[in-house]
Amino acid sequence: MFSARAALLEKKYTEDHEWVELSSDGKTATIGISKYAADALGDVVYVEIPEVGTQLSAGDSLGAIESVKSASDILTPFEGTVLEANDALADKPGTINKDPEGEGWVARLEIEGEPEGKLMTAEEYQAFTEEAAEH
Amino acid sequence: MATKRSVAALRPALSGLRAPQIRPPCLAQRCTASSPLRPCGVALFRHSPVRYASSEAQPEKFGKTGLYDLHASHGAKFVPFGGYQMPVQYSDLGIGESHNWTREKASLFDVGHMVQHEFSGPGAQAFLETLTPSSLSSLNEYTSTLSALLHRETGGIVDDTIITRLPGKFYVVTNAGCREKDLAYLKSELEDWGKNHPDQPVEWKVLDNQGLIALQGPLAADILSRVLDEEHAKELETLYFGQSTHATIKGTDTEVLVSRGGYTGEDGFEISIPPYATEAVTAFLLDSAKDELRLAGLGARDSLRLEAGMCLYGHDLDDTTTPVEAGLSWIIGKDRRAKGGFHGDSVILQQLKKKSEGGGVSRRRVGFIVEGAPAREGAKILDPESGEEIGVITSGCPSPTLKKNISMGYIKDGMHKSGTEVQVVVRGKKRKATVSKMPFVPSKYFRPAPGANE
Repeated sequence: MFSARAALLEKKYTEDHEWVELSSDGKTATIGISKYAADALGDVVYVEIPEVGTQLSAGDSLGAIESVKSASDILTPFEGTVLEANDALADKPGTINKDPEGEGWVARLEIEGEPEGKLMTAEEYQAFTEEAAEH
Repeated sequence: MATKRSVAALRPALSGLRAPQIRPPCLAQRCTASSPLRPCGVALFRHSPVRYASSEAQPEKFGKTGLYDLHASHGAKFVPFGGYQMPVQYSDLGIGESHNWTREKASLFDVGHMVQHEFSGPGAQAFLETLTPSSLSSLNEYTSTLSALLHRETGGIVDDTIITRLPGKFYVVTNAGCREKDLAYLKSELEDWGKNHPDQPVEWKVLDNQGLIALQGPLAADILSRVLDEEHAKELETLYFGQSTHATIKGTDTEVLVSRGGYTGEDGFEISIPPYATEAVTAFLLDSAKDELRLAGLGARDSLRLEAGMCLYGHDLDDTTTPVEAGLSWIIGKDRRAKGGFHGDSVILQQLKKKSEGGGVSRRRVGFIVEGAPAREGAKILDPESGEEIGVITSGCPSPTLKKNISMGYIKDGMHKSGTEVQVVVRGKKRKATVSKMPFVPSKYFRPAPGANE
């Protein structure tokens, strides 16, 4: 259905605090971490990005983000192959803090199949993080 | 200690800024948390922000220190640590910011989860000298030393500890994460001592609910002097690193034990406070230095101590590590090296000997500077030429002060010299690392000026 397809195109969020944006043809996905996650991590000092061509299963780590407090994996909700990675993060890891949902994108994947786990709309994700904050 | 008096005595000093509260004993206040206290139960945060020694046995039960409500009112984010709910950070500053604040100004840490003990009686010194390699006979009154409780035979470290000689007793602080293990060890050792030395009794007291706070940073002395009575404020000018004093809080008869030192490498104090006054004294300190002093949590405490090259038990030290392997040979007293007489002495004294005499150790704790990604606990250390595994990282983080990745870990003897290039494996990739001297950030302890008569 057209409506279901259109719904997939808006930016979605995982319960692991990644965001995913599908291309209009639905074949590629750009993945990064949410502003909520970037704020919670504090100053990002290092970002591990995947190598182009890496094949990943849904739920695999496609990279990692290091802050003073922790190392956090970035997980892909889709199976796929890495088409492109954001090399700029190597020199400027702080981009993740400044613009996590824009210039701070991590990788672009050619995807296959359905996403693993729940994908939320921005509104749903906000409610999810507010609930998490209360615990 | 001072006569226990109503906490209302603290009011005049507080100028009505904050109504002091008497808190019930914290052990009676155990709460039940229904879910793990991670910031979010999700993969992005699946690496616990702070590591804790050995508190996972009963994750559903956590104690609270006497400062729990004060933390909560300052926006603390709590994590389980050593059986307690402890602040990992506060809403006003991120961990890196809090770290820098401590190095530039001053921070206040609640360390009331740690276990405070007193040992007294005619056998106290000899008893503690059986458990530890410290030279307590040369420890002056009101001075402290880092020490280690040791296992019989092996000389492995049961816990690291600070021992202070006070008039008529020893004041000993051990790690929260080792509470149950230490209490069982001390109980068993004391029973054994009693059987074998009936003429040298030892009295052991655990100071339950006694508050303990750490005031750390270059402004610490200035800030502390504002809340002490005039005589004791003046005394801070000649209270040096490793020394202690009993002091009275200004405008009250509340007596606290002030020890100059800490776990950050900065000048600072650890202040032991009677339960009834812990919250009031802490609030008094915060109110006395509104623009200079901030509360800091376990997050900043971990990166600060790592920059200072200090060990965290359960990570950089464990039951299998001897003081010599841990780079803590300096805690072994001169007279103890000659005579022994402590647990594991045959192992430890042999390790202290030269290699040509069959001495030495197979692994040593050293520091590393790591390129690229920070190497954290568990990362393997490889020989860059042979690819052979030669050690493991026990702590690591990006250093907020140096802007480099710092780690400590154990490496095969022979590869331990400063400047040696090795590799560490982070997320499956080999990264370049260099053995480095510790502390990574020079310590700024308050010591007598060179040439002074001390």
